[in-house]
Amino acid sequence: MTLTPAKSPTQGTTVTKPDVPRKTQRRKAFDFRRSNTGYVFLTPWMIGVVGLVCLPLLISLYLSFTNYNILGAPKWVGLENYIRLFTQDQRYVHSMLLTLGYVVVSVPLQLVSALAVALMLAPARKGQSLYRALFYLPSLLGASVGISITWRAIFDRDGAVPQFLASFGIPEQSWINNPGTVLWVIIALEIWKFGAPMIIFIAGLHQIPKELYEAASIDGAGPIRKFFTMTLPMLSPVLFFNLVMGVISSFQTFTPAQIVGDGNGGPTDSTLFYAVYMYQQAFQYQKMGYASAIAWIMLIVLGAVAALLFLTSRKWVHYAND
Amino acid sequence: MPTTSRRARRLAPLWRHLAFALVLAVILYPLLWMVLTAFKPTSEIIASAQLWPKEWTLGNFTTGWTFAGIGSFTTFLTNSAIIAVLSVIGNVISCTLAAYAFAKLSFRGSSIMFAMVIAILFIPKEVLLIPQYTIFHALGWTNSFLPLVVPQFLALDSFFVFLSVQFLRGLPKELDEAAVLDGCGPFRRLWHITIPLITPAIATTAIFTFIWSWNEFMPQLVYLNTPENFSVSVALRFFLDASSGSDLGPMTAVSLVSLLPLFILFVVFQRRLVEGSAMSGLK
Repeated sequence: MTLTPAKSPTQGTTVTKPDVPRKTQRRKAFDFRRSNTGYVFLTPWMIGVVGLVCLPLLISLYLSFTNYNILGAPKWVGLENYIRLFTQDQRYVHSMLLTLGYVVVSVPLQLVSALAVALMLAPARKGQSLYRALFYLPSLLGASVGISITWRAIFDRDGAVPQFLASFGIPEQSWINNPGTVLWVIIALEIWKFGAPMIIFIAGLHQIPKELYEAASIDGAGPIRKFFTMTLPMLSPVLFFNLVMGVISSFQTFTPAQIVGDGNGGPTDSTLFYAVYMYQQAFQYQKMGYASAIAWIMLIVLGAVAALLFLTSRKWVHYAND
Repeated sequence: MPTTSRRARRLAPLWRHLAFALVLAVILYPLLWMVLTAFKPTSEIIASAQLWPKEWTLGNFTTGWTFAGIGSFTTFLTNSAIIAVLSVIGNVISCTLAAYAFAKLSFRGSSIMFAMVIAILFIPKEVLLIPQYTIFHALGWTNSFLPLVVPQFLALDSFFVFLSVQFLRGLPKELDEAAVLDGCGPFRRLWHITIPLITPAIATTAIFTFIWSWNEFMPQLVYLNTPENFSVSVALRFFLDASSGSDLGPMTAVSLVSLLPLFILFVVFQRRLVEGSAMSGLK
């Protein structure tokens, strides 16, 4: 892709206000005409936002206070669904804790892998673009059902990984049917997809002025010191972006939980991810009201986590123009 | 590195390539396993730990193609392709229009609306799935492609709106201004001036939409209920349920086929994919 030089790749990761042309006296009449065209161009989007985002959010908020099985009319039950979730539904609490634990383990591991490889692939050298592409490939394929099936086969009994470990004397056993290990198989799959954050890290590393490193070298700073005092702070906006996106997407993990696990959250609820439980309640048991409460809590939790990250980010994210 | 000797410096690239090769071997192993296992007889998959097939066979593909007796894999591939292509058309048209409005036109409320584009980026799709299901159910659209395709015509994939807005802002204003002076309206400006200039952004939107749609699972599982409507993702899930793990050969073969379109896109567009991903954090 030919990018215009004025636009740097990392600018794609920052949120900026749209470019509203300054209104001049001369153009005022013209601007007015343009004004309506904007709405014409945005008509599909506005229909979508109202019909498929705002309205659904309100519907699901309403449904979360009802019992609803799609066939009959929703029956108002007040806060009952929410109370039941936290006081009587141990499987729900389990799915919440499991998912949070998964996020806390898998996202940092994935980001550390991504950053480590990005540091090696960022400098312009021969063959780097091929390496970048190959490391990126798993990110493209990893979300598919086909890869989850492969993952399952590799870690199952007689699969490649248990067989390989057996050659070191570790007893061969299925990692899939074992509630203690299956979650690690899914975490491994998440780490495997480190290519996407890696590419963003590389773009971020390219934004750091070379002069900084040269100056630091003259001052006698070693590579480790340079990494912690320069690279990491300069990279913190990109790290922050990757962290927020990673948390949001891994909280919604569904496909690998459904395919690598037994499809119902098992063995013994060890793959009962939040989204899996919501799916079960909504589309297997037809408890749409109950599932809506689960969905709204997800929205609130993710909103809270994002807010928390944004608040703490002031302490550790350094923007160049600060 | 001023402290290392010249000899070490000459050897450094070699070590680096060796390290990369080793890491890549681990990372790409599952894909290699997949390709080789797809061509092995099932008896050999179970009995032997050796990666390279002793005997090559196409039997897994023929067995897998009509696996579980619910239909031909051709149907599922066709369904997935229809959904993906319609999604691409929808996203390209609707996201380009929306992005053009945000980047190049001035109108009241544009900042608030753009903030909403960003907000939608953060709303988990799972949260919208249940209420959207009730809406599509009321419209009688369940068990069809409509719930999977119609939203794409409404510019709700904020990533692509955002990507195109960023791209459009990088274009020189002079061209647009000259066209305005020549009396060229917004639609003609979009079509004749902007579209040719933003083909990279459009191509990125198209490729990523295709990949996302092809990999999509939960919505397809919810909306596609009968085998003649199954997409590849849903069919594979069905295969997995129906098999007992003993059909590893056919299972792997159809999984491999399901990934082929993505492999092809990767080989053809790898530069664009990597750069597109760098621009706005797409996966």
